[in-house]
Amino acid sequence: MNSNQLKETIMKFVFLIFACFSIVAVIVICAFMFANGFPAMAKIGFGNFLLGTEWRPGQNLFGIFPMIVGSIYVTAGAMIIGVPIGLLCAVFLTFYCPKKLYAFVKPVVGLLAGIPSIVYGFFGLIIIVPIIQNVFGTGGKGVLTASILLGIMILPTIIEVSESSLRAVPKQYFEGSLALGATKERSIFKAVLVGGKSGVMSAVVLGLGRAIGETMAVIMVAGNQPAIPKSVLSGVRTLTSNIVLEMAYAADLHREALIATAVVLFVFILIINICLSMVKRRES
Amino acid sequence: MKTKLQEYKNHPFSMLMFILIILSAVIMIGAMIFIIGYILVRGIPNMKPELFEWQFTSENQSMMPAIINTVLMTLCTLVMAVPVGVFSAIYLAEYSKKGSKIVKIIRMTVETLSGIPSIVYGLFGFLAFVIALRWQYSFISGAITLAIMVLPLIMRTTEEALLAVPDSYREGSYGLGAGKLRTIFKIILPAAMPGILAGVILAVGRIVGETAALIFTAGTTAAVPENIFSSTRTLAVHMYCLLSEGLYIDQAYATAVVLLVMVIIINALSSFLAKKLTKN
Repeated sequence: MNSNQLKETIMKFVFLIFACFSIVAVIVICAFMFANGFPAMAKIGFGNFLLGTEWRPGQNLFGIFPMIVGSIYVTAGAMIIGVPIGLLCAVFLTFYCPKKLYAFVKPVVGLLAGIPSIVYGFFGLIIIVPIIQNVFGTGGKGVLTASILLGIMILPTIIEVSESSLRAVPKQYFEGSLALGATKERSIFKAVLVGGKSGVMSAVVLGLGRAIGETMAVIMVAGNQPAIPKSVLSGVRTLTSNIVLEMAYAADLHREALIATAVVLFVFILIINICLSMVKRRES
Repeated sequence: MKTKLQEYKNHPFSMLMFILIILSAVIMIGAMIFIIGYILVRGIPNMKPELFEWQFTSENQSMMPAIINTVLMTLCTLVMAVPVGVFSAIYLAEYSKKGSKIVKIIRMTVETLSGIPSIVYGLFGFLAFVIALRWQYSFISGAITLAIMVLPLIMRTTEEALLAVPDSYREGSYGLGAGKLRTIFKIILPAAMPGILAGVILAVGRIVGETAALIFTAGTTAAVPENIFSSTRTLAVHMYCLLSEGLYIDQAYATAVVLLVMVIIINALSSFLAKKLTKN
């Protein structure tokens, strides 16, 4: 083996080692989160922790059920608002948008994806909260406000992913349907969308992941009361905001309980990821 | 035009869908313009010179140290994340065999990493670097946390850029007697450079906008760090601090403008480079 070959082989392994870094990262993250979260869960009791409805760290009551429900409500609200609009926008960009408008809209969708979540939170605080206040005469912060804001925030994800999957559907589907006498809209919704179903599904799941993991924007507009919301207007605290709100001053079991909250969130995300890879596998 | 209208009259479903599509597009475009426009219009009058003084005091609430920190944090994160990301992508795109087990595992972990919310990264960084390694709230804890966070983004965009380089480049290089390593570094990487840079710039965008992963790793001290073990706040964290104190809405507006302008520049650069790649 001459020196050149040796160099090639060594570098191949160097690349491989770097590539394995992501595996190491996932293992280390899982290890740290679970090792720190599970003992607290065991101490509090899994049932008391996951299904307890009282979160009073001062009295050693650590039930995160209201936060789990809160996260689910807010995420569901965001999906109800974001998915139809995002999907229809993707249809618009693919089939209706004039070229000149497209050249303007496409980069702005990218920009919308790049706006920091703290700026979104600020926007929600100064615009959406007062509007809800005026319309419903409440405090303004709550499930509805958070859902609207998150719905806007997941738009770019949904638009970009579903647009590319719509474009990947063979043109013949659309043209064949038109040739059979269907209207443009009917062709899009009955032929193209059905063909691009799995791509649209993965767009939805990606949006779901983004919505459930969002922290800084939600914290500004959700009200953050640790109780199960009674209506769409009442304040709500999500798993993510629970962590940020109390981590700064938490100690001992309280801190471990917050880490355990993150573990629950982490497990949610892992489940969503598994769903996503199942959708993708069906695609290929 | 008239026949079109007639057609819609005969197909109520189509008309409804058409209206909904246009309505959603209007909502989306309107929301975009409104968010960006409102913040710029309300924020620019608040851009006062004392917000850009070198020293942060509780009176001036200057964002200058935070801007410097953001630049430092971005550079430091990229120094760690880009080599790892690019080398991993080289392995995936140029060396790996299709269907090999290790590649499947790598792809799965990359997907997992890209799905983890930033607050979980933040807590991980807190547990691993701040507590376990006893680095306290520090610049370096924040930078490593962010580096892990943007790694999947850099890997994915780099791999796409490498795969977009035509095979004829590789074959030509091999034909001239170059080895694989030489081909990668002299032929493929330069050809894929705009795409890689576009990805790196997107990563910059994420770093600049990140808050949740930094609060519990880099802390919130509003000064330029003396060394890598001092606490520091970036611009997005600065904005969070302004908002959570609730007294500095005007300053928050100005900070939002600066953040927004940064993001606009970053996005424009990235799409410019991506366009350059497709032209080649």
